[in-house]
Amino acid sequence: MDAITVEHITKKYGDVLALNDVSFTVGKGELFGLIGPDGAGKSTLFRILTTLLLADKGKGTVAGHPIVNEYKEIRKKVGYMPGRFSLYQDLSIEENLSFFATIFGTTVEDNYDLIKDIYVQIEPFKKRLAGKLSGGMKQKLALCCALIHKPEVLFLDEPTTGVDAVSRVEFWDMLKKLKTKGIAILVSTPYMDEATLCDRIALIQNGEILKIDSPQQMISNFEKPLFSINSTETYRLLNYLRVQNFTESVLPFGENLHLITNEPYEASQIEYHLKIAGFSDNTAKTIQPTVEDIFLDISQPVN
Amino acid sequence: MNILAYIIQKEFIQIIRNKAILPMMTVLPIVQLIVLSNAASNEVKNVNVVVVDMDQSESSRTLNHKIIANDRITLVATSFNTNEAYFYLQENTSDIVIEIPPNFENDYINGKQPKIQLLVNATNGQQAIVGSGYLKAIVASFNAKLIQKVIPDISISKQSNTTISSRYWYNPELKYTHFMAPGILAQLTALLTIILSAMNVVREREVGTIEQINVTPLKKWQFILGKLIPFLCIGLVLFTVGIIASKLIFNIPILGNLLLLFGYTTLNIIAVLGLGLLISNFADTQQQAIFIAFFFIIIFVLMSGLFTPIDSMPKWAQQLTIGNPLAHFISVSRKVLMKGSGFWNIRFEFLYTFILAFIFNGLAVWSYKKQV
Repeated sequence: MDAITVEHITKKYGDVLALNDVSFTVGKGELFGLIGPDGAGKSTLFRILTTLLLADKGKGTVAGHPIVNEYKEIRKKVGYMPGRFSLYQDLSIEENLSFFATIFGTTVEDNYDLIKDIYVQIEPFKKRLAGKLSGGMKQKLALCCALIHKPEVLFLDEPTTGVDAVSRVEFWDMLKKLKTKGIAILVSTPYMDEATLCDRIALIQNGEILKIDSPQQMISNFEKPLFSINSTETYRLLNYLRVQNFTESVLPFGENLHLITNEPYEASQIEYHLKIAGFSDNTAKTIQPTVEDIFLDISQPVN
Repeated sequence: MNILAYIIQKEFIQIIRNKAILPMMTVLPIVQLIVLSNAASNEVKNVNVVVVDMDQSESSRTLNHKIIANDRITLVATSFNTNEAYFYLQENTSDIVIEIPPNFENDYINGKQPKIQLLVNATNGQQAIVGSGYLKAIVASFNAKLIQKVIPDISISKQSNTTISSRYWYNPELKYTHFMAPGILAQLTALLTIILSAMNVVREREVGTIEQINVTPLKKWQFILGKLIPFLCIGLVLFTVGIIASKLIFNIPILGNLLLLFGYTTLNIIAVLGLGLLISNFADTQQQAIFIAFFFIIIFVLMSGLFTPIDSMPKWAQQLTIGNPLAHFISVSRKVLMKGSGFWNIRFEFLYTFILAFIFNGLAVWSYKKQV
């Protein structure tokens, strides 16, 4: 039995299409990532699956229960971490945790083993008010609160947004451990680099799913020639490459340019061509695509 | 049950940590009681008068003296010129101009019924009506004496000797504070509880905690009751503080059964809280909630009978006050404290408040959706 199934879900806010015919499934113990920019419809999908919002069209199940008819059952079995920090800022760590344990009809002690790894990191500050915690600690506390009733499915809406790099790595380590306990996790993130940490990912933009696969599969399925070019005149080079016949797309990636050509070339051929065109100091090399390359390649071009 | 107890406990922790609430519960009511009970007085203690005596006879001077002798009347000026007297009205230095016509005494003796004119500044209706009332009473008593003097042996004077003597029950000394304090007490309690409850649920929505709460098996009634009970306690504490303060400061009479009063107060607070929660459900931000709550509060206070008697309102407005929990609260508070009324005397207030509590809370539970 799949932990989450989504079939043809569509949701409109007035004239704006927030979700358009979205379908996917998440298996038990799977870490499934929704990867997409802000406004892609990720939070709307989370709210529909956590029974906070009704879809206009389509069906879905969570932990085996249909999302509309058996919403009460679902609320008992899922843990939800909204995109915005939504614990009581004027209660301490301890108080928040035992409050959420109580309303789920359980106690902190009963499920302590599940949250132990995470909780020990924030336990020294357990008397501190949640509002006074740092971003990373807030997220750890929120995760503890979402886990305290031993949910079957965990919904994490952008859990690492606004969290420092170290805490982000720690956070993903925790998710990997939780997965081994059989908890299905649906996580959304706008950070493409986090995508490779998921078992499978769905690339989502403007309410539509562009592609679903494991990140490794996505990368190895990418067959277009991709080059990373470093130059001292990045901006002029970018403008030059944009108008060349062999260019399919060229985009800046940090200090480098990522170039996709419409026919296979050797990196040395590119270098040579550019030298002749007057870009004396440049290096080009063939690279493996990242999820970001794939996303930008298949997403609709931004004007 | 365990869950409900825990929610209430959580709510109390949050209330205690909120630095604004404790002073709001203790200092504010006492300050308001003292200021409002003393200041919000309907009594007219001073009327400024200008006398235009165009007769300058013995009679007119006697009338003049009688007016000055009254301790609620201050003579601002005397004048021989009506236009000059108007100037005082226009300048707001005078409330009333009393004009004694020329030949006042002569006309009187000749049986021509001379007319004294009162020009009243009616921009302040209360001052105008009460002030001209004082002057009319003075003129009337002057009139009676004048008749006796001019025609001493006439029998009319003896016939008109019927006098009215009033005794003021329930407030024999007509102490304004005794009348105001119980009303203000009720108004304060209702006001604070409606604001606190209207702000609370919407605050959870604003901060985002409601989103987390909604994805839990927590039942609607548990959530609402978990909010109601702590605020009910606050309201009762506030009312108790208010009663003690009024007793100590104004020595208000407490004739009725306090248990009955607290019983009614509990019911009334529940009704008001229901309205607060209802407002909270429809507002998206605390700011909106405050504005909506304010709208209701203004109507409730102005139509509660606190400052102006309900009996003097038009019929439709009187009927509207049935839906005003504050009007019932003030009525019960005055009846029980000042008159010592029992349950039977306030049964209608109980009934109406019960219906209001049922409607407001029913709507609040119904309109609270565990969805976005």
